[in-house]
Amino acid sequence: MKLFFHIGRYFLMIKYTFTKFTKWNVLKKLIVQEIDDLIIGSIWIVAFMSFLVGGVVAIQTALNIESPFLPGNLIGFATRQSVILEFAPTLISIIMAGKVGSFITSSIGTMRVTEQIDALEVMGVNSFNYLIFPKIISLMLYPFLITLAMFLGILGGYVASVYAGFSTSFDFIQGIQLDFKVFHVIYAYIKTTLFAFILATIPSYHGFFMKGGALEVGKASNISFVWTSIVIIIINFVVTQLLLA
Amino acid sequence: MIKVEEISKSFDGIEILKEISTVFDKGKTNLIIGQSGSGKTVLMKCLLGLLEVDRGNIYFDNEKFDKENISAVANLRKEVGTVFQGSALFDSMTVLENIIFPMKMFSNTTDEEMLIRAQEVINRVDLKDADNKYPSEISGGMKKRVAIARAIVLNPKYLFCDEPNSGLDPKTAIIIDKLIQEITIEYNITTIINTHDMNSVMEIGDKIIFLVQGEKVWEGNNKQILKTNNKLVNDFVYSSELLRKVGKLGG
Repeated sequence: MKLFFHIGRYFLMIKYTFTKFTKWNVLKKLIVQEIDDLIIGSIWIVAFMSFLVGGVVAIQTALNIESPFLPGNLIGFATRQSVILEFAPTLISIIMAGKVGSFITSSIGTMRVTEQIDALEVMGVNSFNYLIFPKIISLMLYPFLITLAMFLGILGGYVASVYAGFSTSFDFIQGIQLDFKVFHVIYAYIKTTLFAFILATIPSYHGFFMKGGALEVGKASNISFVWTSIVIIIINFVVTQLLLA
Repeated sequence: MIKVEEISKSFDGIEILKEISTVFDKGKTNLIIGQSGSGKTVLMKCLLGLLEVDRGNIYFDNEKFDKENISAVANLRKEVGTVFQGSALFDSMTVLENIIFPMKMFSNTTDEEMLIRAQEVINRVDLKDADNKYPSEISGGMKKRVAIARAIVLNPKYLFCDEPNSGLDPKTAIIIDKLIQEITIEYNITTIINTHDMNSVMEIGDKIIFLVQGEKVWEGNNKQILKTNNKLVNDFVYSSELLRKVGKLGG
């Protein structure tokens, strides 16, 4: 029953986030700040993870298909499919649930325990809109990060397989181009946009409604990461079933 | 003037406020006093609309506070200044940005006019060389001054202060108390202060209500409080060694 209470309160929070808007000249500065914190601040971790995991995907594929009957372009093909369909949108989103999600929960949670949210409310500011809306808007740039992850993941796969001698440059590039479906990229971006909304709102919910002190801020960040990851996995399953099955 | 009419508030079936009625006068520093857990903060949060009362009514200058009436509540919010116990300054903003914030949100003045007004209140609360500092870089006393400056920048009709001198040394605490009292008289506002500090009671208690376990047991001012026969009030007032001695001397 408590789960339904949280689901209901989460949707009410979403509703209040899109009502009684903060002045645009205040809001635009907040959005720029959030883009800096949430998107620009995540570029390096996303680039680093994508490049290395792309390399690992290529090596793993190469090591598991050592058969003379399989075409040489399979490594490139498998790397592209893994990176575009799952690794870049889903795995990076789970990493972001840890990085961006805990940042959002702890920053809003700290505002809650230090009465900064109460201060906003007694001033008559819609604290939901003021705090959560800029995060949602800034995370709408999240597909940019995933595009970067896709590119660097495939590049990592190329570097690992070509320079470690698992594939030739020609075979790998041919594999990348083999049976390419634009819809797979569209599917990845649809997932990414939904994940971006989840990444902005579930951690905000956990920060906003937390109670207690500094210790509880830490606990709330932890719970927020778990729930954001669970919801991402569920949405991933549903969207894949709807769009690809 | 704020009038409170038989307000009650419960949490999980436990009554925290029990039918409290009183009037907080305009141009005076009205103090809500009592031990920790007596319901002072809950009463203040009910007055601020952060908590909804179970029963009873609250009137701001004879206008009933009705949480359902969103536009009336929004207008009222602009007339209320609040100083929170921990100051509640926005960490991501400088002192100047914190003070300007209410104007940015609710007034249509130009940036230049905002800066002039901010400088006026900064001078009024005697805040020196802190404009570009962040809250983490200033002392507790300065934070209180910034919080007061932010609270009065829109010329509020009502000022709420939740334990404004908690965590301050006695000298700074008296300075902050005096500052709030001066501002109350100067701006002719209704000020409500939540405290358990007897120094504040004696210094600025124009009107005092005393709460025990959510019940109002006494009402008066800082002169009457030393002469009352109410045992609960006396136990609270004379819990301080210094005041006990002053009481014995008839002071």
